[in-house]
Amino acid sequence: MASIAVPQGQVRQPGRLALLLRYLRRNVSLAIGLFVLFLLVAFTVTGLLTVDPKDAYPLAVRSKQPPSLEYPLGTDFFGRNLYAAMVVGMWQTALIGVLAGGLGTLIGTILGFVSAYFGGWTDSTIKGICQILTPIPVFLIQVVIAGSLDKRDVTIYTMALIVVLLAWMGPTLVIRSQVLTMKERQFVSVAKLSGVSEWGVIFKEILPNLLPFIAAAFVTQVFAAVFAAFYLAVIGLGPLREPLLGNIVWAAQSQGAFFNGWWWWPTWPALAMVLILGSLALIIMGLDEFANPRVRRSE
Amino acid sequence: MPPVLQVRDLQVSYYTDSGRARALDGVTLELNPGEKLGLVGESGSGKSTMALAMMRMIKPPGRIEGGQVIVGDTDLMALSEEGMRKSRLSKIAYIPQGAMNSLNPVLRIGAQMIDAIRAHNPSESRAGAQERCLSALESVDLKRGVYKMYAHELSGGMKQRVCIAISILMRPQVIIADEPTSALDVVTQRQVMETLDHIQHQLGCAIILIGHDMGLMAQFVDKVAVMYAGRLMELSSVREMFTDPKHPYAQALIRSLPSLENKGVFQGIPGLAPSLLRLPSGCAFNPRCTFVMDVCKSTVPAFLPLPPSERRVACHLYTTGDAEAMSVSTRAATPTEKV
Amino acid sequence: MAPLLELKNVTKTYSRGLINRTSNTALSNISLTIDEAEPTIMTVAGESGSGKTTLAMLLLGFTTPTSGTIFYKGKDISTLHGEKRMSFRREVQAVFQDPFAVFNPFYTVDHLLSVPIKKFKLAKTKAQARDKMDEALTAVGLRPDDILGRFPHQLSGGQRQRINVARALVLKPRLLIADEPVSMVDASLRANILETLRSLQRDHGVTIIYITHDLTTAYHISKSIIVLYRGGVMEAGDVDKVIKTPQHPYTRLLIDSIPWPDLSRRWGETELKAKEPEGGEKTTGCRFAPRCPYVMEQCKTPPPLFQLNRTQTASCFLYGANPELEPERLSELLPV
Repeated sequence: MASIAVPQGQVRQPGRLALLLRYLRRNVSLAIGLFVLFLLVAFTVTGLLTVDPKDAYPLAVRSKQPPSLEYPLGTDFFGRNLYAAMVVGMWQTALIGVLAGGLGTLIGTILGFVSAYFGGWTDSTIKGICQILTPIPVFLIQVVIAGSLDKRDVTIYTMALIVVLLAWMGPTLVIRSQVLTMKERQFVSVAKLSGVSEWGVIFKEILPNLLPFIAAAFVTQVFAAVFAAFYLAVIGLGPLREPLLGNIVWAAQSQGAFFNGWWWWPTWPALAMVLILGSLALIIMGLDEFANPRVRRSE
Repeated sequence: MPPVLQVRDLQVSYYTDSGRARALDGVTLELNPGEKLGLVGESGSGKSTMALAMMRMIKPPGRIEGGQVIVGDTDLMALSEEGMRKSRLSKIAYIPQGAMNSLNPVLRIGAQMIDAIRAHNPSESRAGAQERCLSALESVDLKRGVYKMYAHELSGGMKQRVCIAISILMRPQVIIADEPTSALDVVTQRQVMETLDHIQHQLGCAIILIGHDMGLMAQFVDKVAVMYAGRLMELSSVREMFTDPKHPYAQALIRSLPSLENKGVFQGIPGLAPSLLRLPSGCAFNPRCTFVMDVCKSTVPAFLPLPPSERRVACHLYTTGDAEAMSVSTRAATPTEKV
Repeated sequence: MAPLLELKNVTKTYSRGLINRTSNTALSNISLTIDEAEPTIMTVAGESGSGKTTLAMLLLGFTTPTSGTIFYKGKDISTLHGEKRMSFRREVQAVFQDPFAVFNPFYTVDHLLSVPIKKFKLAKTKAQARDKMDEALTAVGLRPDDILGRFPHQLSGGQRQRINVARALVLKPRLLIADEPVSMVDASLRANILETLRSLQRDHGVTIIYITHDLTTAYHISKSIIVLYRGGVMEAGDVDKVIKTPQHPYTRLLIDSIPWPDLSRRWGETELKAKEPEGGEKTTGCRFAPRCPYVMEQCKTPPPLFQLNRTQTASCFLYGANPELEPERLSELLPV
């Protein structure tokens, strides 16, 4: 194939930022996803700075108020200021997502690396466990665990743990397969020839090339965690007092919000969830294109 | 006898993020029936683009921007999509680089060959098509049993010969082989090239061999065309090219070839081929040419015939036509006479 | 003084499968001695499957022999640790075939040069390191300002391979394994790269093992040659003798098949007598026997090396009348 060499010394190297922006123009899903996510984060952050978190809990304000100037998003049956509830709820959602996502990705990266790099029995064991655990119906197990916990023990942290329990296999297998290919690449041999130690090879040579995959795995984990927290809460298995978005929907549904004309009550959390999951999904699609050079169209 | 292939002023450009790259800039050549042409050039010179352009297989961001490719009496550029599809394999066949690696791994060889026939002659009987495949396999010196085998059961050389067999199924007038032996070892390479020679004699078709191995050209082709930065620099018979190359680039190429006589003498060509995005003005080779003159930097030399032979050169050394220019060209002739 | 690198009866087999173990002998009983005192260029020639890549991996310490030992300055390389191992790494280096694969796509091309400078402490300051890189890049015909700071995909294949060679220049090892350094590079650039390798040997005392399947460049650059086929030495000796007067039927076949860019040496003149190699055949005798036009009954036992003259040996019963040569003495016939 023709290789077009860049002419010598005639083109100034664009900075990394300029290259990033140029890339975003081409990778539309990544751009939109990041933008929406940015808006959500901005909403949460400004909210946290302006709102009294106590208002997010029951009996804080007058109940069953429709949206107005005083209560921009209205209030619910239990007396939560829905604006405060949304802000706190999004923050907690983000916490669960990042905690569970981060933990899952960390476990996956370490196990995947160890498995691929050291091979042998370690590899067979880890791979085997992953393959055995993967077909287990995740939703079922999560429901069973969450349902059998004492109501007082269910906090956002336990929810994060429940999610991680069955989510770490994905990143492990992905990272493992990437490391398997990468450790055979010639630049690894050359690095060894240049005196780089085994750990140096892992951290300085292989790891940087895995960043797109780790990032993609992280966002996928966050997505799974946020979604799991939502659907577990929607069926009433969440930490009921907290203003998690799923909880609000569950409460609204159990009180017959639409029948009673309190349309605003479940609408905001549902809308928020759609935006969160949607933006994460777009980012995942965008990262997929970035990480996979074959899908990536002419750099 | 009218030429079987006429390429006239072929223009192809690639529109990349960094600008427009002129991959082919007005390429003109002719091939007579039964002739073998070698197209040589460095990577990035445009030779693979040439093959793809002739088959009208250039994909965006590339575009064919002008020129004609006439096979027999049909201009391929003027055909409709359907017309071109019918012409591929039947009028002009292409064996791409690494073809042996793109054989379908899950179909038997025979099934793939029948596929090709069916694409052109859906009405042909199964028995007739099969017989055609088997005789094609025999022509390339493969056992008839290969018909039932899978690609992974064959060696590299055998796979490449299957690709040649596929290309002759519809008895085309022109076959373009793009680096057909680059992944093969030297012994298999010779076998494959001899097979190609053999079927060429059988079919009487013309062959264009694209590559960068001048040695292979010396062994196989009748004419050699040298490409540089998307333009043809010289087109000569193989004897003329190796004993008396005219274009300075061709001369440098011939000079850099190792031989058994001049052990230890290495002659490279200093400098780098220009980027197709930013061709120098005038002759593309002028920054590296030892005979560069002022006119070379401003005017693109035309690809003109050099009587009394049929050879052509694109070089200002030969367009002035006076005695001084001729003596320069004699000085330029390499001393490696190996007649 | 102990030789720089010594292979003693090294054999390497690869086996696959848990139940039905199939094994493939990549290299069979090779012995070689490389002396530090006389830097030379030696070619290891062979087609794919000949074992030349395996030999390179063994010499570089990337894989261990199934039997036999490899000694670096008298010590078994599988026992080297710490400082001694670093010293081995420092003195035995390589130039690889694929100009793109050697670069880590995450870093600029500087990384290829700066890492060994740092690890082997070849410079005391950043400025010194930069100087060394500039010097090496200029020596291979590149302009440092155009090269440093760029990513590998922004340069051409020829430029990348030259940087590869520049790395060898910076390191100035005692032994350089050049594995097909010019096969993926354009013809016009080959001369430059080969000339750089030659100057490494001539001016800096580096011994080069040039691994290739291209006998024309081998002829031009090296002094001695070993021809491998399926893991065994077929012929070895002075490169002039072996290429101009090949004795082993396999070497003859190779030389005959070379497309010489020379109109007076056309293929048509010598007939290809050898048969097509069929895959996966197990041979107990001479590895070339299934394809050899001169095969005899005797060839069912593996032929030893026979000494043909002071600087040539072939492993073929056609020369059974000549004195036998122990594999360990192979290096004695290779001129420097």
